[in-house]
Amino acid sequence: MHIVVCVKAVPASTEVKMDPVTNTIVRDGGASVVNPFDATALEVALSLAEERRRAGEPCRVSVLSMGIPATEALLRDCLARGADGALLLSDRAFAGADTLATTYALSCGIAHLAKQWGEPDLVLCGKMAVDGDTAQIGPELAATLGATCATDVREVLTCGAGAIAVRAAVDGGTAALELPLPAVLTLAREAAQLRMPSIAGVRAAAEMPVEVLGAAAVGADAARTGLAGSPTQVVRSFVPESQRESVAVDGTPAEQALRLVEIIEGVA
Amino acid sequence: MAGLVIDADRCIGCKRCERACATAGIEVVDRLARPTEGCVLCGACVDACPVGAISLVRDEVTQSDLGAYRDIWVFAQVDRDGYLMPVARELTAKARELAAARGCEVVALVAEGELADDAVAHELIACGADRVLRARDERFALVDPELLASWVCALARARRPEIVLFGATPLGRELAPRVAAELKTGLTADCTALSIDSETGLLHQTRPAFGGNLMATIMCPVHRPQMATVRPGVFAAPELDSSHTGAIEEAPLDADVRPRVRTLAFERATSASSIAQAKRLVVVGRGIGSKKNLPHMERLAELLGAQIGCTRPLVEAGWLDYAHQVGQTGVAVAPELLVSIGVSGAIQHLAGISGAGKVIAVNEDAQAPIFGAAQYRVVGDAVEVVEELVAALEARGGVGASPSAPSVR
Repeated sequence: MHIVVCVKAVPASTEVKMDPVTNTIVRDGGASVVNPFDATALEVALSLAEERRRAGEPCRVSVLSMGIPATEALLRDCLARGADGALLLSDRAFAGADTLATTYALSCGIAHLAKQWGEPDLVLCGKMAVDGDTAQIGPELAATLGATCATDVREVLTCGAGAIAVRAAVDGGTAALELPLPAVLTLAREAAQLRMPSIAGVRAAAEMPVEVLGAAAVGADAARTGLAGSPTQVVRSFVPESQRESVAVDGTPAEQALRLVEIIEGVA
Repeated sequence: MAGLVIDADRCIGCKRCERACATAGIEVVDRLARPTEGCVLCGACVDACPVGAISLVRDEVTQSDLGAYRDIWVFAQVDRDGYLMPVARELTAKARELAAARGCEVVALVAEGELADDAVAHELIACGADRVLRARDERFALVDPELLASWVCALARARRPEIVLFGATPLGRELAPRVAAELKTGLTADCTALSIDSETGLLHQTRPAFGGNLMATIMCPVHRPQMATVRPGVFAAPELDSSHTGAIEEAPLDADVRPRVRTLAFERATSASSIAQAKRLVVVGRGIGSKKNLPHMERLAELLGAQIGCTRPLVEAGWLDYAHQVGQTGVAVAPELLVSIGVSGAIQHLAGISGAGKVIAVNEDAQAPIFGAAQYRVVGDAVEVVEELVAALEARGGVGASPSAPSVR
């Protein structure tokens, strides 16, 4: 079995401040981390791989990312936690990608991995990235790959040769779904917590290569990647006027409580 | 060639772009900014530059047949019991408003089980639809995003809508990206505002970005259809207008399409596990001090007919389950009343409560960011205030609904 896990490097903080002097937006350009939902996807992949191996079936977990060269360090951390290989798609031609162009680039990366390790049976993603928050990559990948798809997966129930059963959030509740492979799953945080790397894992990862490839090397059509391949354009960004005018409720706790009852009853 | 362009005459070498960049994609050398290989063309430096020296330049792309696309479509989702979902009404009314500006028709798409009557179609027309494209099919009795995507794509290819809107429900969030990828067009998730250029038909789609700390207006200039999802409750529910007329047209699903995913079981969410739908919510944070104070909070929730939500640290400490976590990595909530107790208001938490109606916040720290999101601020000891509030409510025999019926309006 071949499992591909798509991970995204996201800023450790998504805080935004206004520069008081110039009145411009200052994003905190701090350290990057693996998107926490993608970390869950990695753990689910590693657990499934262990299960398959216990059942006597070889299983490979490949980690795939599109990002700047520095993302390599995060992929190495994924190797230290047990992934078998990592591919980083890094090229100026990928820059400025929206979800459609990102999906296309990832699908080229998956095709490249498939040449070496076979078509993936499973592609796992986080259910969304904490910086972009669109939750679109998983289903867009499924449509592009022609795979079945389950989003917001809470639990993997069983995984056999030709199908996987999961419990996923659906309108009005949760559903147990059986998906024929290949399948794309997007994982919710509660599905798993990523394991810590072992010392042996860190040592082994230091010796393992992270393959870094550009657009041409994975056969990507430049017209479909990055800014050029993105149908959507951000035409304006601005800081929302989130500050609400608030009314102070003063007095002793007992007085405050009585006033709150009036306020709440105003809603009822 | 598309890319980041720096106007050397304007750049003052202030390094604000360097600080704003999350990817080390720009550096200032000899008092002049220049992009590095880390640049992902995100535009953060464009926003940060105080002198307007940085711009993002795109290659001119044109598509000649944009004029062949017309009308605004709404994917009108029905629930498992066959009723039209509120977000479908909200979107149809919004589409009506956009269509009036553009001078085109509103078309609602509805996929129902084979036994459905005309009730949903008539309701959509009363919400403002000029035409309802309907498929009644046993294959739609179970919700299957893959089948629905195949149906919507086939219709869109044949009829060329200018705009397609989806509710950002669990189904819509899977369906819309599938359709966008198959039609190779753009999709903007979770829009909070939509407006249209009446001349060009360009849809201005505004959504929160960067964890709700920034708003971004997004357009899809040369690809059609333009597609967006909108969360439930963002747009107002319409008054039904039974005098509005519209056509109902059958648009069957291709006979060859077969479902691949099997639904083995469906578990309806219990009210306790669906804080996303709660009308009233008590949200607790670290400011309640210790786990032994939790019963006071639960009593307050019970008296208010509210459900309990919490911040991430409480879940991490094991006080409450993940299902209660409110915020960016938990559940986004939109109750009519939210009582926030001892919550400081980390930005990731605030991103999850932006849809709340009336917000009352109780916190010891008068400077806590939560007060920026509240209409009523109570500065004081969280536990003391709650104890008094519980006593006051008990004296009145509670307010509003019981916990088992949280949907009372």
